[in-house]
Amino acid sequence: MKPSLGRFLLIAIPFVWLLALFLAPFFIVLKISLSDVAVARPPYTPTFDLSAGWDAFMGALSELDLENYTWLTEDDLYWRSYLSSLQIAVFSTILTLLIGYPIAYGMAKAPSEWRPTLLMLIILPFWTSFLIRVYAWIGILKKEGLLNLVLMWAGLIDEPLIILNTNVAVYIGIVYSYLPFMILPLYAALERIDGSLLEAAEDLGCSRMSAFWKVTIPLSMPGIIAGCFLVFIPAMGEFVIPDILGGSETLMIGKTLWVEFFSNRDWPVSGAVAVLLLLLLVVPIVLFQKHQEKNQGTL
Amino acid sequence: MVRNFTWFNATSLTFGFLFLYLPIVLLMIFSFNESKLVTVWGGFSTKWYAEVFANKGIIDAAWVTVRVAFFSATIATVLGTIAALVLVRAGRFYGRTLFSGMVYAPLVMPEVITGLSLLLLFVSINFDRGFWTILLAHITFSMCFASVVVSSRLVTFDKSLEEAALDLGCTPLSAFIQVTLPVIAPAVVSAWLLSFTLSLDDLVIASFTSGPGSTTLPMKIYSQVRLGVTPEINALSTILVVIVSVGVITASLASKRAEARRIKEEQAAFAQ
Repeated sequence: MKPSLGRFLLIAIPFVWLLALFLAPFFIVLKISLSDVAVARPPYTPTFDLSAGWDAFMGALSELDLENYTWLTEDDLYWRSYLSSLQIAVFSTILTLLIGYPIAYGMAKAPSEWRPTLLMLIILPFWTSFLIRVYAWIGILKKEGLLNLVLMWAGLIDEPLIILNTNVAVYIGIVYSYLPFMILPLYAALERIDGSLLEAAEDLGCSRMSAFWKVTIPLSMPGIIAGCFLVFIPAMGEFVIPDILGGSETLMIGKTLWVEFFSNRDWPVSGAVAVLLLLLLVVPIVLFQKHQEKNQGTL
Repeated sequence: MVRNFTWFNATSLTFGFLFLYLPIVLLMIFSFNESKLVTVWGGFSTKWYAEVFANKGIIDAAWVTVRVAFFSATIATVLGTIAALVLVRAGRFYGRTLFSGMVYAPLVMPEVITGLSLLLLFVSINFDRGFWTILLAHITFSMCFASVVVSSRLVTFDKSLEEAALDLGCTPLSAFIQVTLPVIAPAVVSAWLLSFTLSLDDLVIASFTSGPGSTTLPMKIYSQVRLGVTPEINALSTILVVIVSVGVITASLASKRAEARRIKEEQAAFAQ
């Protein structure tokens, strides 16, 4: 592509769109998180008014305060939400990896004429509504639900288990919903491994198990990393799953933000919650982007 | 990996697919349940389907959702294809790191952050919330998914074909339309389908960016779910799952057939 007006336009169209509708909104969130609470409606007082000119701007700058952020440190609800989100996201990611790896491995080893169908079967639930798939678990997990019916019928338990509205239900929901995100990059990495490498390892005296640890796992590392990012980052900010399957003890930052915004109508504080969540995710998001750039097109 | 498929692989696949499909299948079965209780089978009935079609709120919400999904998928695919071309072809330019960051970040950005930030943008520029704001929000996040899908196809495309077209007197635009686009067409189609379903599916971003009078189907389903499990939602969910599955399977069969035909034509061309 020669440097030309065409090239400039080609770059400018998506660039400007994303600047205006992806990047700029974050600065507005930042600005509002630094504004005063509930002095005016719509529920915040703008701290900056750009139409008022430079002096007013500088004046406003000196009035910026971290009130909303100090508020977050005073109420332990917020930091408990961050910690609990982090814990749920980390454990769900590990569980998803442990469950997803054997499935991806089985797919990669399946006869090649099955593979497109298996891939299709993995992708299909991912096309069907996320909300509906989470909702489907209510009927299974609740006290008089199908899981308890089956377990009691089989004589494994006498009393129904309380699963719905606990963190266990949230883990099940996250693992279930994000499983395709883990399997797809794992499968892409595993499918590319040259079988002769494993044969070579076994010829050189590795057992099948140690060949798996020394050859397959390291070679599937890009898939493991990509899958973990794709599960961990969105799980941190998850709202739908803790809200539908979790109970009052389930604290997740996405849910706290939602409640702050829609129930308490406190826009500046929800802005501050969002900014802190973003700060927490900056490192994994940047790492994910670097990883994507390096393996462009392997998703 | 050319290695033998063992009983271990078969078991993990079986359990994996059971885990993925059982909840959806159970939901579909119970949508035909006469009883209002989800776990008690009261006989076969289609009355919940009749109730879905009689519910004007649901029909209106479905119409808003389909319109938003159609327009946002179309615009997002165009923008996403352009963004993919920039990522794969444009080489170095000022702000490239920022650009690729903005393309990849929305893939993983928690929806609550995207939703809140777009809402605050619309409020601060005094843009009335409703159909248009949902549309703009959906275009923005879908275009990133679309560009990832298209760019994965574009990196494997042999650039010399396009260069040959340019040497033979094509303008860059006509070379793109006549040479590149037919080759990447399956990826463009899947990008459109992905954007379409992402938009159909979205609850969180739509909740933040919608205004009074524009309720999408997921928002409607969510508010019903919060009120308690209603068999009507099972029926509605079943309809949606069937529509999406039929659509996706048809599209993938069609693209597989087109791909096979293209390969055959290419072989025929080389054989001459």
